[in-house]
Amino acid sequence: MSDDPKGEIHSLDLAGLRKRLEGLAGERYWRGLEELAGNDAFEELLRKEFPQQTSAWANGLDRRDFLKLMGASLALAGLGGCGRAAPPDEKIVPYVKQPEGWVPGKPLFYATAFTHNGAATGLLVRSHEGRPVKIEGNPAHPDSLGATDAFAQASILTLYDPDRSQVVSSGGAISTWNAFFTALDGEIEGQRLNGGTGLRILTEHVISPTLADQLRSILARFPRAKWHQYEPAGRDSVRAGARLAFGEYVAPQYRFDAADVIVALDADFLSCGGASLRWAREFAARRRVRGGKGEMSRLYAIESTPTTTGSVADHRLPLRPSEISLFAGALAGRLGPSANEARKSPATGSAQWLEAVARDLQNHRGRSIVIAGDAAPPFVHASAHAINQALGNVGITISYTQPVEAEPVDGIESLRELVKDIEAGQVSVLMIIGGNPVFTAPADIRFDRLLSRVAFSVHLSLYDDETSASCRWHVPEAHYLEAWSDTRASNGTATIVQPLIAPLYGGKSAHELLSAVRGQPGRPGYEIVRDYWQRQSRGDFESFWRKSLHDGVIEGTAFAAKAVKAKPVSSPESQAGNSPATNKNAETRESLEIIFRPDPTIFDGRFANNGWLQELPKPLTKITWDNAVLVSPATAERLGLTPKIGTTGGERGRVFADMVELTYAGRKIRAPAWIAPGHADGAATVYLGYGRARAGRVGTGTGFNMYTLRTADAPWQSAGLVIQKTEAQYAIACTQYHHNMEGRDLVRSAALEEYRKHPDFARDKDHPAETLYPGFQYAGYAWGMAIDTSACIGCNACVIACQAENNIPVVGKTEVTRGREMHWLRIDRYYKGDPNNPETFHQPLPCMHCEQAPCEIVCPVGATTHSDEGLNEMTYNRCVGTRYCSNNCPYKVRRFNFLQYSDFETPSLKLLHNPNVTVRSRGVMEKCTYCVQRINAARIDAEKDDRRVRDGEIRTACQAACPAEAIVFGDINDRSSNVAKLKADSLNYGLLTELNTRPRTTYLATVRNPNPDLKKT
Amino acid sequence: MAQIFHRSTNTLSRVSIFGGLGLVVALVAAAAAINRAPYLTDVRVARAQPVQFSHKHHVSDDGIDCRYCHTSVERSAFAGIPSTKICMNCHSQIWADSPMLEPIRESFRTGRSIEWTRVHNLPGFVYFDHSIHVNKGVGCATCHGRVDQMPLMSRENTLYMEWCLECHRAPERFVRPREEVFNMNWRAEDQLALGRKLVSAYKIQKLTSCSVCHH
Repeated sequence: MSDDPKGEIHSLDLAGLRKRLEGLAGERYWRGLEELAGNDAFEELLRKEFPQQTSAWANGLDRRDFLKLMGASLALAGLGGCGRAAPPDEKIVPYVKQPEGWVPGKPLFYATAFTHNGAATGLLVRSHEGRPVKIEGNPAHPDSLGATDAFAQASILTLYDPDRSQVVSSGGAISTWNAFFTALDGEIEGQRLNGGTGLRILTEHVISPTLADQLRSILARFPRAKWHQYEPAGRDSVRAGARLAFGEYVAPQYRFDAADVIVALDADFLSCGGASLRWAREFAARRRVRGGKGEMSRLYAIESTPTTTGSVADHRLPLRPSEISLFAGALAGRLGPSANEARKSPATGSAQWLEAVARDLQNHRGRSIVIAGDAAPPFVHASAHAINQALGNVGITISYTQPVEAEPVDGIESLRELVKDIEAGQVSVLMIIGGNPVFTAPADIRFDRLLSRVAFSVHLSLYDDETSASCRWHVPEAHYLEAWSDTRASNGTATIVQPLIAPLYGGKSAHELLSAVRGQPGRPGYEIVRDYWQRQSRGDFESFWRKSLHDGVIEGTAFAAKAVKAKPVSSPESQAGNSPATNKNAETRESLEIIFRPDPTIFDGRFANNGWLQELPKPLTKITWDNAVLVSPATAERLGLTPKIGTTGGERGRVFADMVELTYAGRKIRAPAWIAPGHADGAATVYLGYGRARAGRVGTGTGFNMYTLRTADAPWQSAGLVIQKTEAQYAIACTQYHHNMEGRDLVRSAALEEYRKHPDFARDKDHPAETLYPGFQYAGYAWGMAIDTSACIGCNACVIACQAENNIPVVGKTEVTRGREMHWLRIDRYYKGDPNNPETFHQPLPCMHCEQAPCEIVCPVGATTHSDEGLNEMTYNRCVGTRYCSNNCPYKVRRFNFLQYSDFETPSLKLLHNPNVTVRSRGVMEKCTYCVQRINAARIDAEKDDRRVRDGEIRTACQAACPAEAIVFGDINDRSSNVAKLKADSLNYGLLTELNTRPRTTYLATVRNPNPDLKKT
Repeated sequence: MAQIFHRSTNTLSRVSIFGGLGLVVALVAAAAAINRAPYLTDVRVARAQPVQFSHKHHVSDDGIDCRYCHTSVERSAFAGIPSTKICMNCHSQIWADSPMLEPIRESFRTGRSIEWTRVHNLPGFVYFDHSIHVNKGVGCATCHGRVDQMPLMSRENTLYMEWCLECHRAPERFVRPREEVFNMNWRAEDQLALGRKLVSAYKIQKLTSCSVCHH
C-alpha cells in the first residue's frame, strides 16, 4: 500500500541534525526529530495549521456545482422539516417475570476476570439490561486493584465484533455443532481403542484450574495422548531462567513499593507481564513527592528497545540484547556469588554505569529489585535471581511461589515435539484449543503444511483465522464474557470467570469442547466449573460459590511463598541456545541484532481485528494501524534513512517512511523503517502481530508479518540481521506530529535534589489575570482534575477506557492520516535532551475545561457553554458543525465528526454503546466531558440521600482505569478533597495559562530521582 | 400631467405593507401554533396498545398506587413497566377469563413479553431521571396529567425543552410535598408560598446547564 507522495514533503536531514546538536547543551524538550532539527522548511509546515483543507476535496467539484448542490440540500432539508416532529413509535418490552432485586435502568456489576499474557486481571463488568457495556477493574483482585490495562478495556469490543466466527465449519463449508460432535465422537472412539496414540491437544499456556483438571483427566483416559502448550509471546524465558537459577520452575513475586532501587534488565514490567497493573501501582506509590519533601525510589532501565518502563526510568541505558546479557553477567559477577568471576567487560560506555548501579544496589541491600524482562534470555533471569539473593532481597522485595501455569513447559520445545510427531505420521486427531499457531509459529516450523498431514484437526477459536483455514474443522469459541471458566492471578489467587451474556454467535468454551472428548458433549460449562470447585471446597459449597462469584476472588487460593536457593550461573556462552548472539549466520560488520517483541497495542496478533487497539497510538512511536522496524537515529543515519512528513492529506498525520528490506536467517521481508529515539544502536526492533491474512474486516492486511522472520532457536533476539534501504516509501498514520505545541513551556520536570531546593520550580509565572467580565461564581460543586506526570507511565489504558465509556468511534488509517482521530483523551509524549537516549515524558491531555474557555465565546449557536459547576459543555443536538470552537481551542482537544464514523447499523455494535452517552452523528463536534454522565448519576444519588457528593465517589473512566493513580478528579470547592490538595501543591501547574484560560485540568510536574554519581552519558 | 398611480394605490400600498407585516406575524404565529399542536406533539392522542389498559379504572376505581406497577420510579431513571407477572397477580383471580386479557395470559403462558407502545418518548440525546424528580417533590400528575382520568393513555404535555425549563427555571410553581407525589387529586391552596418553602426545604436547585440533561 505505497502511497504516491504528492504535494509538500519535508525530509529530515539526520547528519545535519547531529551537527547542530553537537553545539547545543541538549536540555530542550522536543516531540519529533524534525522539531529538534529546527529546520526552516519544517517551521513553515507547522505554520500551515490545517493543510488538509487544500486537498480534502479530491473530487474536484467546482463552485457552481457546489452552490447548486447546497441549494438543493437546503430545499430538501426544508421539506424534511414539514414532517411530524414526533419520533417514530418505540416499544417497551418488560419482563414476563422480573427478577427479584433488579431495578430497570440501573446497571449491574458482575465480577469476572480477563486472562492475558500469563495471568488474570480481575474485573467488574457493568451490564445494562443484560448487555455488558464497560469494563472496570476489581479493587479486591490482587492483579487489578481496581485498574485495568488497554487490552482488558478493549476486550469488550472483541465480544461484539461482527467478524467473530459465527458458524461451525468443516473444510470451509458451513456445518453444525451436532455434525461436529458426531464426527468427533467417532474419532475419539477410535482413539479409545489404542489409548489415544494419535490424540494430541495443543493449547496456550493453561492457568485455568478447571481446564488443567479436564486435560489431566483426558490424559488419564488416553494414556498415550499428549498435551502441548505454545504461545508466541509466552514466558518461556522466565521459566527457563528460573530453572537455570533454582533447578525448578518458580514464579518470582515482586513488591515494588518496598524497593528503593530497581534495576530493569530489558524488562517492561510496567506494561508487560501478569502483575504489571499492581506493579505500576506499587511503583507509582514510591514516585510521589509533595510539599518539597519525600523520598523516591530509583529506577535504572537497561533496555534494547524503548519501552514505557524505560520512559519513566531515572536512568536509561540503551544496549543491544547481547550487551544486556554481558551487563547482567558483569553485575552478577560484581554482586553475586557467581561461578564465573572473570567476565568479559561489558560494552564500552557502560562501565561507569555498572559501577554506579552496583554501588547503588550495594547501598540498598534488602531494599532493591533486579528484574529481567519476559523476553530477556534465561541467563539474564538467572543472573537477576542470583543478584537478588546475594543482596538479601528475597523475602522482602521478592518472594518465590509455585507458578500459575498448571503444567509449565517450554512452549517452543512443546511445539517442536508436536511437529516431530506430526512429521512421523503419529498424529491422527489434533485439537487446537485457542491460539493461532499457523500464524504465530516460528517461520522454520511450517505449521500450515504440517496440518494437512493430520486426518482430523479441530480449531476452537474466536475467529475463523489462518489456523482455522488449515484445519479440517473450525468451531467458534465463546468469548470470556460469554462463558464459565476460572483463572488465576499472578500470585495464584483464583477467580471464577462468569459470563455476562449468552454466547452471541453460538460459541462454546474450551471446557465444553474438552468435555466432549471425555464423552460428555453438551455438558454446560457452568456445571464443569462448578463441579471442579465443589471437589476443591470444604464446608458449605453453596455459600462458598456465591461468595467467590460475588467477590471475584476465591479466598485462600494465593500461593504460599517457597524457599528456594539460587545456584550460581555460568556464563551465557556456555549455555547453548541461551545466548542471544549465537545465530549461525556469519556476523558481518554491517549486520544488526534483531529484536522481536509483541506489539504494544495488538499484542501477538490476537487483537488485530480490534479497531480500538488498532487505532490506539503506540505508547512511544505514536504509530497507528501499522508496525514498523524501529532503529536508532545513528543506525538510521548509517542506513541512509530519511523519513518524510507528508502534508498531502492531513494535519501532519501522514509520515512517509522508507521501505527497507530485512534479511535474516535466510528470509526476507520488506517493511517501513521508523526512527525511535533511545533505541540501542546496531539493533532493530520488529513488532509481531501485524500482517494478518484472515483477521477480519479491521485487521486483515494491516502492517507486516514479522513472524516470517522469527525462528524457533531465537524467539526474542538474535544477531545477523541485514537491513537494506529500498527506494519505495510507505505512508504511516502517526499522531506524533499532531497538535504540535511549538516549544511552549508545557512539560516541567526536575531532579529530586533540585525539587528539594526549589519545591515550586514548576509554579506558573505570574500572568495578568484581569478581565473585563465578571467571573463565574461556583456556589455548589466545581469539578476539576489533576494529573500527576510523575506517576503516569503512558500505558494507554485511560485512552481506551475513555473510548469505551463515551462511545468514541474508530475512523480508520486514512482518516488518521488526515488528523481526524476521535480520541477525547490523548497522551502527548515529549522528549528531552540527546536523541540517542532522551528523557521521555508522558502527558495525558483531556479537555482542560477552561474557566474562560476560548471555544465557548466563538460558538454561533450556543452549542458549547459553561455549566454552573465549571464544566465546559458540548451539546450535540445544537451543534451545526462550524468548527470555530476547535479552531479557537489552544489545546486542540476538540474532535469533529467529518464523516459518519459512529456505527448505527451493525446490530452487535449497537449493543456495545453506553446507553448514558449520546452516539454522535456526522457534522457534530465532540470532546471530553469529564464523564458528565457519571457526575450526574452521582449527584442524583447524593441528592436523594440529602448529602453532598463524597470525594472519590465520582471516578472518571480514565481515572478508574489508571493503574498508577495518576489522574485525580473531584470537587475543588471542597478544600479537603484529594484534587484540591493536589492543586494546592507546589508542583501543580496549568498549560498555556498565559492565555488566561484558567484550565480546570492541571498537571503535577515530573520529579525524577537520578543518581548523582551517574552523569548522563 | 396625470397621476401615474390611481388614488386607490395608496390604500393598496398600505394594505400590502401592513398586511405583509401582518402576514409574516401570522405565519410565525401559525408555525408556532402548529409546532405546539397535538398534530406534532401527540398531546392527548391515545396510542394503540396490545391490551386496552385503562389507568382510569385501575387508579380511580381500584385505588391502586402508581408504584404497584411502576416499581422503580423512586430508585431509577426509568419508572418501570410492569412485568406480565404483576398483571397476573390479580388477573389470575379476577377477570381470569376475559377475552380482553388474552394477550396477558398468552404472554404468561408462553414467556414472551408484551410489547407496549411507548407514550412518553424523549429523543435519544435527552437523559431524564424519574427518581430524582419524585424525590424532590414533583408529582406524577404534574407531568403525566390526571392519569386517573385517562381510559386510554396519552401524553398530557409536549415534553418540549421549553416545557421542561418552565419548571427547571421556577420549580416553586410546581413542586409539592413528597408525601403527595403519588396523589392524583392534590392541589395546593397557595402554590407559590408552599413551593418556595419546599424549594428551600428540599434543597431544590434550578439546574439549567445543558449537560444536566444532554450528555
